[in-house]
Amino acid sequence: MNGDFIGSEAIVITGEVIGVVIVSKKYAVVAENLVKTYGETRALDGLSLEVEEGTVLGVLGPNGAGKTTTVRILATLLTPDSGHASVAGIDVVKDPQKVRELIGLSGQYAAVDETLTGWDNLVMFGRLYHLNVKGAKERATQLLEQFSLTDAARRPIKTYSGGMRRRLDLAASLIIKPKVLFLDEPTTGLDPRGRLEMWEVIDELVKGGVTLLLTTQYLEEADQLADEIAVIDHGRVIARGTSDSLKKEVGGERLEVTVEQSKVAETAKLLSELTQSKAHIEEGLHRISVVAHGGSARLIEAVRALDAAQISPLDIGLKRPSLDDVFMSLTGHVAEEILTEEEGGKKKGKKDKRGNRK
Amino acid sequence: MIDGLIIMKRQLLQLIRLPEVLIFSTIQPVMFVLLFRYVFGGAINTPGTDYVQLLMPGIFVQTVAFTVAATAIGLSEDMSKGLIDRFRSLPISRSAVVLGRTLGDATLNIVVLIVMGLTGVLVGWRPSSGALSIAAGFGMLLLFGYAMSWMGVLVGLSVRDTRVANSVVFLFVFPMTFLSNAFAPTTGMPKPLQYVAEWNPVSTMVAGIRSLFGLTNQFGATANSFPSQHPITMSLIYIILIMVIFIPLSVQKYKKVSPR
Repeated sequence: MNGDFIGSEAIVITGEVIGVVIVSKKYAVVAENLVKTYGETRALDGLSLEVEEGTVLGVLGPNGAGKTTTVRILATLLTPDSGHASVAGIDVVKDPQKVRELIGLSGQYAAVDETLTGWDNLVMFGRLYHLNVKGAKERATQLLEQFSLTDAARRPIKTYSGGMRRRLDLAASLIIKPKVLFLDEPTTGLDPRGRLEMWEVIDELVKGGVTLLLTTQYLEEADQLADEIAVIDHGRVIARGTSDSLKKEVGGERLEVTVEQSKVAETAKLLSELTQSKAHIEEGLHRISVVAHGGSARLIEAVRALDAAQISPLDIGLKRPSLDDVFMSLTGHVAEEILTEEEGGKKKGKKDKRGNRK
Repeated sequence: MIDGLIIMKRQLLQLIRLPEVLIFSTIQPVMFVLLFRYVFGGAINTPGTDYVQLLMPGIFVQTVAFTVAATAIGLSEDMSKGLIDRFRSLPISRSAVVLGRTLGDATLNIVVLIVMGLTGVLVGWRPSSGALSIAAGFGMLLLFGYAMSWMGVLVGLSVRDTRVANSVVFLFVFPMTFLSNAFAPTTGMPKPLQYVAEWNPVSTMVAGIRSLFGLTNQFGATANSFPSQHPITMSLIYIILIMVIFIPLSVQKYKKVSPR
């Protein structure tokens, strides 16, 4: 382990004995100083992370932060420009074939054959994982059962719903009972019901003891599924820790108040005093937000205080911390979406969503 | 190798699950047979032979030459859908996917050639040589199609979008099949084009197949060049050349490829 790692760990996880942490944990996935550039864009800029055996690491970040690039490198689909990575102790660059025997990959990009049925796909992938015909069929039956897809087994994937498709995709990555599973944004694009179903499925797997690296844009998802969260931005890990420790850093719930333009400054001052924390102002929206420890009690206080000052808010409410809030408190700016090669297809321009800092 | 066969099986399974693909990939060559037979057949003078006898080898070669399109489009679709990524995350040999794809497309060629041949017989095609020569002719067609398929692998893995694969291939293969002796005598072309047509692998293939089917090649042989004198040898050289160049390039490309 290099010095950087010890340093970053020490900042985020407070209260743990650093030396012991390093020595006693057994890592299923280790990435050290990964760098990957696409032309001018640095998709990964010295990214390091570890996943302890049998645990779930949630890699949280906005589009273009480097999540997919990280997964692709760890899953041997992409070679880093520099840095090292290993899965189950095997170097992904030096011995990719061995790594492939130990991992499962499912996500935004790794897919199944849509023309074929669910059954066809699972049997084919089973065969490609070198199960014999009988073994592949047995495993396909098991997996279809496990993911509640038995009824749809003989239908082409094209006819599946988004949630069913993802489940089949996930099933295909579990054929060999992988040591390490990579899920790249497993619920992106799913409706709320599909998302919940997927969470249940993943939760089951985690209980079964699989080591999982999962990327997501949703804090809620990372919170729900991961033991530890690594927040990444611009190709680097900017914070790590448990969901609780991150939330502590974010400051839990925020109180958001929207008022008329003329009242913005006054309201900000008032709220800041009330909550003893710095007010964040979004000028264009006339919206002021402050960290609100104490939840609804704070909300009521705020309403009273505003009323007393004869300010009538256009909108007021409590907001649970989102990815943006995590970014706000960690980096001082809102999560940006950056155009990188990996998302080139989406043709999203660089959005300037920098929050106005006070 | 086994992995390659499994991938190939996947393609054949697709044909069962989605028979439309097979129907449409055979309907076009059949349509060409009928159109050329009845539209050009009356207009092109072929002393001593029916036009359809000369046409069939030409249209066979054109069809297998288009394997490059089938392979390119198929692979670039797999890429854009992320299927290639999944394959690449599996512990299979680096050549299995492209090998399977080319074998699958070659198998599809067999089906298409059979359907075309039967259509040809219906409209008067009667190859006059022996069974062995005819079999050798079809063998050469399949081999040529297989070589073209490897060209398709490189195109399919290189373009960013399926539509691009489509147009790249058509821009290249369409002129290639028409700048030849496949459908009309090359003697009608301007002199420089005649040389191009003469050396065109499509022409050497067509001339070779015609001789294997027991015909004199009335549509070529203007310049007494090596390819028109030795069409079979020249065709085999082309086939080997295409494979020697494109198989390593394609496998190399597959190892590096990443979608988008």
